[in-house]
Amino acid sequence: MAAIIVENLQKSYRVFRKPSGFRGTLQSLFHREFTTVHAVRNVGFRIEPGEIVAFLGPNGAGKTTTLKLLAGLVYPTAGTATVLGHVPWLRETAYRRRFSLVMGQKNQLWWDLPAIESFQLHREIYRIEPDHYQRRLDELTSLLEVTKLIRQPVRELSLGERMRMELIAALLHDPEVLFLDEPTIGLDVVSQRKVQEFLRYYQAERKMTVLLTSHYMKDVEALCRRAIIISHGQIRHDGPLEEILDRFSSQKWIQLQFANGAMPEDLERFGKVTELKPPRVKLEVPRTQIPEILSALLSRYAIEDVGVQERPLEEVIAEFFTSDDCAEDLPTRDTVGAK
Amino acid sequence: MTWRISWYILKTSLAERLAYRADFMFATLVRFLPIITQVFLWGAIYGTFDGNDERSLNGYRYGDMVAYNLLVMLSRAFSSMPGLTTGIARDVRDGAIKKFLTQPIDLLDYLLWSRVAHKLVYYGIAAGPFALVFWLCRDYFHGWPRWDVLLAMVLSLGLSFLVGFLIESLMGLCAFWYLEVSSLVFVYMLLNYFLSGHMLPLDWLPPAISSAVLWLPFKYLAYVPAAILLGRYSPAAMWQEVGLELVWVLLLWRFNRWVLERGLQRYSAYGG
Repeated sequence: MAAIIVENLQKSYRVFRKPSGFRGTLQSLFHREFTTVHAVRNVGFRIEPGEIVAFLGPNGAGKTTTLKLLAGLVYPTAGTATVLGHVPWLRETAYRRRFSLVMGQKNQLWWDLPAIESFQLHREIYRIEPDHYQRRLDELTSLLEVTKLIRQPVRELSLGERMRMELIAALLHDPEVLFLDEPTIGLDVVSQRKVQEFLRYYQAERKMTVLLTSHYMKDVEALCRRAIIISHGQIRHDGPLEEILDRFSSQKWIQLQFANGAMPEDLERFGKVTELKPPRVKLEVPRTQIPEILSALLSRYAIEDVGVQERPLEEVIAEFFTSDDCAEDLPTRDTVGAK
Repeated sequence: MTWRISWYILKTSLAERLAYRADFMFATLVRFLPIITQVFLWGAIYGTFDGNDERSLNGYRYGDMVAYNLLVMLSRAFSSMPGLTTGIARDVRDGAIKKFLTQPIDLLDYLLWSRVAHKLVYYGIAAGPFALVFWLCRDYFHGWPRWDVLLAMVLSLGLSFLVGFLIESLMGLCAFWYLEVSSLVFVYMLLNYFLSGHMLPLDWLPPAISSAVLWLPFKYLAYVPAAILLGRYSPAAMWQEVGLELVWVLLLWRFNRWVLERGLQRYSAYGG
């Protein structure tokens, strides 16, 4: 049985729209205008136990709302979902013992106390056996390299250290499902890599089901094989990560290094020059025309080195998010007046 | 929630409260200043500073009035909940409440036990100054009360803590509907000042108003515990008040639960 089953899930919010300016403020006292925001529209997917899936989309696409629904924080407008057989928004205690939600922008630890105090409280809240707790704590602090920091007040830790403590708090009770919402947001490169490496190792060891949202494609590429892309509240892609490139990127990169320092001037006829560092050049070309273009280049110029590359996932997804294809959905806001 | 979890919440909250102990200590001690102004204010009104002066206003002599104000101060040390309503509203508004909703923990229980911790730290710091003030003003009291009066007073103080907590948490939960509750807090503080007996003993009010006010739960926040110790109730009326206070606690607890459940159904989990 799938760990997470989501069917036709919908969530709409009624949001007050205040006209700008003083006049607008006065107007809104007598005539309030509301907008219905369809944050999630008929979303459906299944995630098998032990899978780690990326949930991608631009800001406001509905990713975090979907995570909030699955964590039982909000009620849906329509549709159904089960996580480990539980309906999340019923907030059963049994369910809350089996999952964790980590939000990169939210601190769940006691700010003024050392993290160890929060961990001990978690031990009680989740009823973790003392021996098991100690083993797990030792393991997690050592993997995340924060053993010496757990007795220091959380407010004195760096952002990266705090996020590692948040992960420990979230994993102490061995959750079967982990929802990660932007776990590396704001972290420096070293901390990002540590968190990625830890999550990859730990997920492989424990076979947790993980649903990850992140704007950093490095996180996604390091951790996930499958990606769900959501845009305007609807799912636009659900499949292997590499399929995203095939599906949404019609271009590839050809990297050339010319012999003898020569640099031809008519390269634009073969494709778009995206990088020029003589004697090296990077051309963006349609992926279907690569054999012909390569053959023409090799026959015409003295080339020392050649390579064909996929475009970075980040760029492809960013392009997709800003494309007409992504924006062609139905309007996600209905405006109604009310007194 | 088990007692063990409650105990750990209490312990952790105590540790947190003690993180800023110097500020907390200063704020606690400053709260004793108003009682000095009360002693002088009522002295000016009665035209005497003699606790045994027999002149009385509405059945209260000057000594009774000072004793009443001291006991109101003591009651409010139990029933006032600084920062509770605005704290809940802030957590709803900025999303910090999410951690309570995703963990196997009850929000109301958590708030209650962390408030118990707040009060315990407060009493720890304030016990000395309280004892000193009561000792200095010992002549305004008519000796030690009977054991049943003392017991009723202690029970009433404990229940006044719960009444105060439940009224303020109820207002905090209104943040699920109205994100900003500061005006509600202002109105409540105003009502509390008049209707709890903080400003004047409630039996000073005109009978029509007094009988209406005495049906409300606010009187348990200050007046009832003070009036019990001052012996203004007959033994039967005293225990009846304690019983009614318990009923109010149960009603308010149930009402809090209902509001929390309704609030969560419309919660939008703002703040990321």
